[in-house]
Amino acid sequence: MNKAAWSKIWLTILGWLIGAMFFYPIFWMAITAFKTEKGAYSPDIFFIPTLESFGEVFARSDYFLFFRNSVVVSFGSTILCFILAIPSAYRMAFYPTQKSQSTMLWMLSTKMMPAVGVLIPIYIIWQWLHLLDTITGLIIIYTLMNLPIAVWMSYTYFSEVPKGILEAGRIDGATATQELWHLLRPMTMPGLSSTALLLIILAWNEAFWSINLSSAKAAPLTVFIASYSSPEGLFWAKLSAASLLAVAPIMVMGWLTQKQLVRGLTFGAVK
Amino acid sequence: MSVKSPPSALAEEFSAPIQTIDPAEKWRRLLMWPSVVPLLMWMIVPLAFTIYFSFIRYNLLNPANTGFAFFQNYQFLVGDASFWPAVFNTLIFIGAVLIITVVVGVLLAVLYDQDFYGKNIAMLLVIAPFFVMPTVSALIWKNMIMHPVYGSIALFLQKFGIAPVDWFADLPLISIIIIVSWEWIPFSFLILVTALKSLDQEQKEAASIDGAGHFTKFRYIVLPHLEKAIGVVVMIEMIFLLSIFAEIYTTTGGGPGNATTTLAYLVYALGLQQFDAGIASAGGILAIILANIVSIFLVRMLAKNLSQEK
Repeated sequence: MNKAAWSKIWLTILGWLIGAMFFYPIFWMAITAFKTEKGAYSPDIFFIPTLESFGEVFARSDYFLFFRNSVVVSFGSTILCFILAIPSAYRMAFYPTQKSQSTMLWMLSTKMMPAVGVLIPIYIIWQWLHLLDTITGLIIIYTLMNLPIAVWMSYTYFSEVPKGILEAGRIDGATATQELWHLLRPMTMPGLSSTALLLIILAWNEAFWSINLSSAKAAPLTVFIASYSSPEGLFWAKLSAASLLAVAPIMVMGWLTQKQLVRGLTFGAVK
Repeated sequence: MSVKSPPSALAEEFSAPIQTIDPAEKWRRLLMWPSVVPLLMWMIVPLAFTIYFSFIRYNLLNPANTGFAFFQNYQFLVGDASFWPAVFNTLIFIGAVLIITVVVGVLLAVLYDQDFYGKNIAMLLVIAPFFVMPTVSALIWKNMIMHPVYGSIALFLQKFGIAPVDWFADLPLISIIIIVSWEWIPFSFLILVTALKSLDQEQKEAASIDGAGHFTKFRYIVLPHLEKAIGVVVMIEMIFLLSIFAEIYTTTGGGPGNATTTLAYLVYALGLQQFDAGIASAGGILAIILANIVSIFLVRMLAKNLSQEK
């Protein structure tokens, strides 16, 4: 074999080894979820899988409540984000004014506020408004948190639509609604849906606000898992089963949107 | 001459609104409201309250104690035994995680920029940790990977006869740095590997023909190309790392002592555990100032980027 072929084999080994190292904790968690509590502490990879731990997690009657809260909060905030973001993104992409650019940057700058800087007032205001430990309270926070990303991403996808197509539609007598529904929607759908997935991922995994603003009624899965910190964390199989259920759907989404993710996370600075 | 005489400039200014009297424009302006109004409130209201609280006596458990406190909250905060350790921990923590994630991220980006068998799947494995919720990462690492007796690292080290480490008792801050780096290396890797794709392959080939070695190519072609992306990674991570909370909350609770108390955790502990909203707000203001110093650079860079595209 020549030198190039050998180097490709070495690269393959190295690349997979590093991939395996990074994935190991997740792999280990996934494996342990199917072990018995007694067998969990043994380092075996081969064993008879059991759904015992999942049964126990589900038996904690509130598991589905946490799961439901996570779904409602992350989907709810994402939908609300789009309702608020799309009109402005549309306006700035198709009818830009001199102020558009500075408005975009200003929106981005609201994300630069570290959450911890406003934790105390938000906690107290939420207490005043009776929003503590409510789904609405979390949806509001997550919407505000993700809104700048939603505007930026929608804006970049709208900007990529060739202006000529919309003009041609208008000349052919398309009304504004028709233009939006029949031209813009199909063309920007792929971009906007990956944006939606990114927003769902960010909201699903958010742990600062959820831990501080919710406890029993509105708590999403991040808070539920945090409750395993002690002493239940010693029950590896149960911890793993609960974690696997919380992580798996989002990881699949993340893998699917991988390519668009970079753009969303860097506000379009890296594509 | 592009300098206008005052009268004609004035005339232009007055005539401008008449030119844009397009009736649809009035409605289009309204389209900005749904996003601008909530964000404006989000920016102003909590910040105003944080500033206000930081200057008054405000204890949630002792509502009788009120009044203007001037800089007492700040003085108390700075005099608190855990304040300077918290600032120190925050700087060490952010600095270490940034260095680790950027260095490892660059190396991985270069590695995965090459072609090899099953590259795309191996990449999915590397970026997977980014999608794990922080509380899960922290607990899996603490209980299953770093456990001093049964943890994977302990079992692995035992095979080589090395004594296991009691991570969270002996090296608490390092343990947290390891966990957070594991979560954020995928982020820097993903961004850097994407940035690397846009590098002109011909440039690298030309350098090879000229006899440039791997290191020379890395130093003079790859690194300069990644400069901007590294800047983005550093700044975005910094904003997030300033508020890192769940990883500390679920593993050490800031301890032992205040070994893992960061500025963010200190604000939480003062405000929501000791219920002193005034002092906690003073801590929040310091965090905001830190973040703003960073964000000025980020916004500037993105502004440059926006105007370049046009």
